[in-house]
Amino acid sequence: MTKPALKGTDKIKGLVCRECGKEYPAVSLHVCDMCFGPLEVQYNYKTIKPRLTRKAIEAGPKSLWRYVDLLPIAGDPTVGLAAGFTPLVRAKNLGDELGLDKLYIKNDTVNHPTLSFKDRVVSVALTRARELGYDTVACASTGNLANSVAAHAAAAKMQCYVFIPHDLEASKVLGNLVYRPNVVEVEGNYDDVNRLCSEIAGEHKWAFVNVNIRPYYAEGSKTLAYEVVEQLGWDAPDHIVVPMASGSLLTKIWKGLNEFSKLGLIDRMATKVDGAQAEGCSPIAAAYKLGRDFFKPVKPATIAKSLAIGNPADGYYALKATAESGGAMDTVTDEEIIEGMTLLAQTEGIFAETAGGVTIGVLKKLVKQGLIKRTETTVALITGNGLKTQEAVMNAVGRPTRISPSLVDFQKTFGLGIHER
Amino acid sequence: MAHLRFHLRFPEDKIKQPVLCQINRTFPKVDTNIRRADVREKTGWMDVEFSGDPAEIERAIEGIRQKGVIVDPIELNVVE
Repeated sequence: MTKPALKGTDKIKGLVCRECGKEYPAVSLHVCDMCFGPLEVQYNYKTIKPRLTRKAIEAGPKSLWRYVDLLPIAGDPTVGLAAGFTPLVRAKNLGDELGLDKLYIKNDTVNHPTLSFKDRVVSVALTRARELGYDTVACASTGNLANSVAAHAAAAKMQCYVFIPHDLEASKVLGNLVYRPNVVEVEGNYDDVNRLCSEIAGEHKWAFVNVNIRPYYAEGSKTLAYEVVEQLGWDAPDHIVVPMASGSLLTKIWKGLNEFSKLGLIDRMATKVDGAQAEGCSPIAAAYKLGRDFFKPVKPATIAKSLAIGNPADGYYALKATAESGGAMDTVTDEEIIEGMTLLAQTEGIFAETAGGVTIGVLKKLVKQGLIKRTETTVALITGNGLKTQEAVMNAVGRPTRISPSLVDFQKTFGLGIHER
Repeated sequence: MAHLRFHLRFPEDKIKQPVLCQINRTFPKVDTNIRRADVREKTGWMDVEFSGDPAEIERAIEGIRQKGVIVDPIELNVVE
């Protein structure tokens, strides 16, 4: 028998400003009233520590909710019960190709239900939103986040609004419409959508997952770090290579690892957290290369649309986390992204979206530069499924071989001899 | 009276210009309250609260934009 999950304030201390340290109750608030800094969830680690053992976690559900004691919900989970606990694949073939003896792929291309890591953050956000009394959820997104919010809202019978730019590709719009949310196409450019959504979030009593619910939403990303550690036999890897958009995922991976260390769930913690961006949208990696602790926002121009955030909210914190961990950052071109996608598919049988190509491309560079060594245990985070960005590789994967319906033609075309039975 | 929060980003060539001061003179009915800022040789940003009539705030923000300063919501990117 496992102990009942910790409830409410037993584990959640409240929200705290990442800049000035001012504390707030755990309500739907995301910006500090005092200094306008971002807020994040604070936990009562003293009450969590005695009950959170490896054994207790292992006895939990095969989903991200096995780590419920370190997630910002007050009661039991109610949304996204099957999200998380995706495979950690030992990538021998890709490791041989890149020169790594112990390479693993954390495969969130098969996350439930919408095939990206966003199912983690959205499960946590919507569970918390319900606890806070919301019946309407919303998000501004051009892809994976919208899919996940719409799908989870449908299953949870919540009202849903998804805001997208009016010129988004038809396939992406369809991926949202199928769940029947209110899909709102905003006439205007990206900045107009951004500003409008921020204003709407301030006006309506909705749970805007990546605005007023953001402190809770972002915590869901920690589960990727927890799972990696548990799946490595309760060992923290030497490197985790993380794709960066807003920078939030990287900072939460770092937070998750540090929590496990603080709670005594891992014996050693020397993980370097490495950041990967596409060259066409690399404000964080560019700042890293220049040795700056601030970034210059950019206009995104890359095929890695799920990472195309030019003014990343957590850019500063991602730079700080990478520096603290002793990790590195690098970028890849669009061509290198496609190479990364096809290399992963052809060596490990995993079809990742463009963000996966960014991770693999940067991993390759970091190994080449000697920043990741052959014997180091390395994990690459693959955060979304390639079926979502098929157009990116359409011209790089060749065409089928056409033959007539004849055995002779088939064997001739493929240079196969006739075998006797 | 509305209270709206924005992140103002000053390109390198605008850092030395008294943009906010000029806006205060042009839009005296809008109060500006700087809550956090980082101004250096190569970068400058401010988190500012604007209080006043919403339409007047909108005009003040447009005025700031016209002076070459980039204005974003306090949350920065909310489209993911």
